[in-house]
Amino acid sequence: MLEQQLLNALTLGSVYALFALGFTLVFGVLAVINLSHGAVFMVGSYAALALVTRLEAPLWAAMLGAMLVSGTLGLLVDMLILKPLRARNAPHLIPMIATIGVGIMLTSTAQGLFGAEILRFPDGILPAGEFVVGDVHVRALEIAIVAIAFVLMAVLFAVLKRTQLGRALRAIAESPKAAWLLGINVERLFHITSFAAAALGGIAGVLIGLNFNAITPQMGQPILHKGIAAIILGGMGDIRGALFGGLFLGFAEVISKAYLSSQMGDAVAFGLLFLILLVRPSGLFGRKLERKA
Amino acid sequence: MSANLLSIRNVGKHFGGLHVLHDVSFEVPAGCIYGLIGPNGAGKTTVFNLVTGLLAPSSGSIDFRGESLLGLAPHRITQRGVARTFQNIRIFKEMDLLENVMVGRHEHLKYGGAGLFFNTRAYRAAERRARERALELLTWVGLAHKADMLADNLSYGDQRKLEFARALATEPKLLLLDEPVAGMNPAEKTVLMEEIRNIRERGYGVFMIEHDMRFVMGVCDRIAVLNFGRIIAEGTPDEVRNNPEVIEAYLGKEDAA
Repeated sequence: MLEQQLLNALTLGSVYALFALGFTLVFGVLAVINLSHGAVFMVGSYAALALVTRLEAPLWAAMLGAMLVSGTLGLLVDMLILKPLRARNAPHLIPMIATIGVGIMLTSTAQGLFGAEILRFPDGILPAGEFVVGDVHVRALEIAIVAIAFVLMAVLFAVLKRTQLGRALRAIAESPKAAWLLGINVERLFHITSFAAAALGGIAGVLIGLNFNAITPQMGQPILHKGIAAIILGGMGDIRGALFGGLFLGFAEVISKAYLSSQMGDAVAFGLLFLILLVRPSGLFGRKLERKA
Repeated sequence: MSANLLSIRNVGKHFGGLHVLHDVSFEVPAGCIYGLIGPNGAGKTTVFNLVTGLLAPSSGSIDFRGESLLGLAPHRITQRGVARTFQNIRIFKEMDLLENVMVGRHEHLKYGGAGLFFNTRAYRAAERRARERALELLTWVGLAHKADMLADNLSYGDQRKLEFARALATEPKLLLLDEPVAGMNPAEKTVLMEEIRNIRERGYGVFMIEHDMRFVMGVCDRIAVLNFGRIIAEGTPDEVRNNPEVIEAYLGKEDAA
């Protein structure tokens, strides 16, 4: 029935949106399509699992730990790989290709460390509550996922809109050179952005891992594709666009699986994406893509 | 200590085998509107890029208020008190005017990590001060009534004024203007001339690159002339205007055109 599917879609869509936000933030500020974002998502999920199973951390602490681990990873990618490429004025495709390499490295490292099989959170870790509203079975877990995703997104929006850090980031997104010459340490903000975006990607990984209770080294790949689709749909680099695009893909996927074809949900979701792009090639919130050096 | 804000001594710059500047030396005194002129390709913008730290000189020294700027990143140089506007205006079009100017407050607006989680007293106080200062600067350039407008909607002349206000928000001692009247009509130029004099009256040093001879001669206290990467004349507008080498290299062509 529809209400149940809408709840599933909201859950999935809010995590997609969270993932896409980090992705679009890096694109907007650093002008890099960071294709290791999916692997960072996967690492967040494993980090939380390891904290819960090996250190017996409570789930909330594991989530914070996962954000820290994946955030640090994002920071390292920026400092060790993207920064030297920036310093050499590498053409746009180069950093993107480099991040594909990072993603593959992380995926195979995870496979080496944890094995290729599906891992699950142990019993008793997931919030077990469930209640019924009308005909809809609502899991406490789903409420928690949606709440966490939206709280984090609200914090990000508020920081971008209402703080000097946010203004500086938006300034860099328009012209890094002008921002630099206004006294802003642009490199430092690149680092902060990379950390924050990866931390959001990491917590999204934990939330998806919890929702399906399945963690694999490959889990970053499908969400990477959805993240790309979400930010293209919303308009590259646009924060509201990523939120909307993520939710849209969640709804399109769940609804088409439920009502059209359980096997072809993604095909329908991406088909819809193409249709929308035919009408609005620069995305729903997209403006013409231009940026001065 | 000297009364000079900016001292450029024996600066050379080459890109591979291409020599752009040869042994360039001049001093920008405090409280002065200083102009650097020269034909296209003379190396004027390279001088600006060296002063603001976007490029490093191949030889020579650049001192600001008695301290060397060499090796400092652009944001550090801005923090020392050098601000700059651009020939092709680089305002932040997707922000409103107030936000544009507040970006320039970056170095003066600190409330730490805790402040990001809102409504700490330090956050509110710092934001309020930054907002007030930004409004002051907008009032000064005559744009306060458009503070909430998206910068993209401004006329060309107003965009220049916004860039001034934004640069001044960094609290500079010296303001570099890269072709400030490019693309302006005569009426706008007259207004801008007043504006620049105003900026000097407020105690800022002004150093501009400009093509428009009438404008430069009208507003600058001192002028240096750059031709093929060398300074060929330096002095008051009258001295420069009557220098035969300048007339040959630059003004002669200008007059003939």
